[in-house]
Amino acid sequence: MSWLTQAKKGIQAITTQKKEIPDNLWSKCPSCGDVLYHRELSRSLWVCSSCEHHLRISTDQYLDLLLDEGSWHETHRGITSVDPLGFKDSKRYEDRIKASLKKTGRDDAVVVGRGEIDHVPVGLAVMDFDFMGGSMGSVVGEKLARMLQDCVKERTAAIILSRSGGARMQESLLSLMQMAKTSAMLNRLREEAVPFVSIITNPTTGGVTASYAQLGDVIMAEPGALIGFAGPRVIQQTINSELPEGFQSSEFLLEHGMLDMIVHRKDLKSRLAEVLHWFVDGRDISERQPFRG
Amino acid sequence: MNAKKTPWLDFEKPIVELEERIRTLEDSASLRGLDVSDEVTRLRTRVKTLGKEIFDNLDAWQRVQLARHPRRPTTNDYIERVFDNFVELHGDRQFRDDPAIVGGLAWLGDRRLVVIGHQKGRDTKSNIHRNFGMANPEGYRKALRLMQLAAATGRPIVTFIDTPGAYPGIGAEERGQGEAIARNLREMAGLPVPIIVFVMGEGGSGGALAIGVGDRVYMLENSIYSVISPEGCAAILWRDRAKAQEAAKAMKITAQDALRLGAIDAVLDEPTGGSHRDYAASAATVRARIEADLDLLEAMAPRDLLDARLAKFLAMGIFHEKKSDE
Ligand SMILES: [Zn+2]
Repeated sequence: MSWLTQAKKGIQAITTQKKEIPDNLWSKCPSCGDVLYHRELSRSLWVCSSCEHHLRISTDQYLDLLLDEGSWHETHRGITSVDPLGFKDSKRYEDRIKASLKKTGRDDAVVVGRGEIDHVPVGLAVMDFDFMGGSMGSVVGEKLARMLQDCVKERTAAIILSRSGGARMQESLLSLMQMAKTSAMLNRLREEAVPFVSIITNPTTGGVTASYAQLGDVIMAEPGALIGFAGPRVIQQTINSELPEGFQSSEFLLEHGMLDMIVHRKDLKSRLAEVLHWFVDGRDISERQPFRG
Repeated sequence: MNAKKTPWLDFEKPIVELEERIRTLEDSASLRGLDVSDEVTRLRTRVKTLGKEIFDNLDAWQRVQLARHPRRPTTNDYIERVFDNFVELHGDRQFRDDPAIVGGLAWLGDRRLVVIGHQKGRDTKSNIHRNFGMANPEGYRKALRLMQLAAATGRPIVTFIDTPGAYPGIGAEERGQGEAIARNLREMAGLPVPIIVFVMGEGGSGGALAIGVGDRVYMLENSIYSVISPEGCAAILWRDRAKAQEAAKAMKITAQDALRLGAIDAVLDEPTGGSHRDYAASAATVRARIEADLDLLEAMAPRDLLDARLAKFLAMGIFHEKKSDE
């Protein structure tokens, strides 16, 4: 089976599983305001038919979209956040964790595992924005580091799909150190000639932008995503004037040389497969000799 | 430094005033040929006990104030006192020279090193020049260029961290602030020479960490280190920048906290009253630490050094892991 038919199959998987969507369910496009029927949206991979705005989809939807059917195997489950600082603002961090666990059914803001993309074995991580804004604390850093270590051990390419408000403030310095932890691990991948592809989706800011999201050997982004280090509001307050049109969008980053390509959601799997096939070079990646510079 | 105009913090004023009294007393006594040694001894004892009382029980916000003290020694103050010679190098070779980060070639005894640090100003004018120690991408790229020079020549690296954070501006984003920081984090993990990091002022966010991945990471006793500035945290979580004191407390930003969390190797003592009360003593502490560490780190094979550095950062984080039979 070619990667194209595989990709189509992947797309079908996500459209067919949503059979139960009633005719009358609709949302307003957050970008253009058009009324969008969910039944139609599920067919368009939750991309607005009027303005191409990419609405947020679930982690499961990304797994279905990107991976060969039945190839997913989640790893490193059962790692959950504690409250190392005893942090409390308007709410206790403990309570925020509990609420997010309940809301998402996930362990934390990232899911990691193994799968295949057009028969290329990969380590894949998908961040979950619904879990405390996809913020990175000790658990996200640990799960990513372990997934990357698996990639080195098994000599498979690594892929991280990001969407995150950045480092999790409730774990302060420990969250900050996850930037160093993940980036240091990516240095090991580079030493071992293990490829890393970063996919950036809306929104990705702060400590995630300033670590693995910007460190891909190839960096892809969905159209119209907000991507930046400092948040737009912070910048606006600092410079005390309006921000330019399209500032910190995927298109802005591509223009400034910070991305390799912008990929429509419907093409994400096929582009990813194409790139992976370049790295893997028709052979098993384990046959490749690491480059030690 | 413009000592007269630089204000003192409220909680250190009693000590400063006592010290001034001692000076006045000694001056007038020597002028009149009087013996005031008993009184001076009494006052000096008082300064000591008062100092202990105040500085042994600082809260998080007082640490923030000390870390940001306008008299606190900056990177250049340390460079001048820690090293025997220093030649500053400029520019990232891509866009411009960023005065918010300084760096260059340094000599320490028989050793040659590369030294890099955030640089704050002393007054309004120099702070504008230094952008209050908030680097743009080119600052981090200059730092990386110098660190790569160190790696190419087999020289160890010493960095000084003192920044409120990376600069949040339009140009900074255009030129890839996130990419510049991220690249430094990855590259520092792979430089096959010893790296020693001193957080001696403000350790604010990714802008601090961007020169903070090392084999040894130390914090001076009254420095701070956090994922975001207290004001930034307050603005987001409390929706009110004025709640910075609460945010500072909640984020556990002191050196002792960082040590407890396993994010640093040790807390280095400052002179009573803070490192601004005695630059030479603070610099001597740093120098002694560099010399002791390099004796150990330089004896390690580069591969072992890098493996240990990676292991050190991989171990950071606190979480719960379900046992497989749970
Ligand atoms: Zn639309």
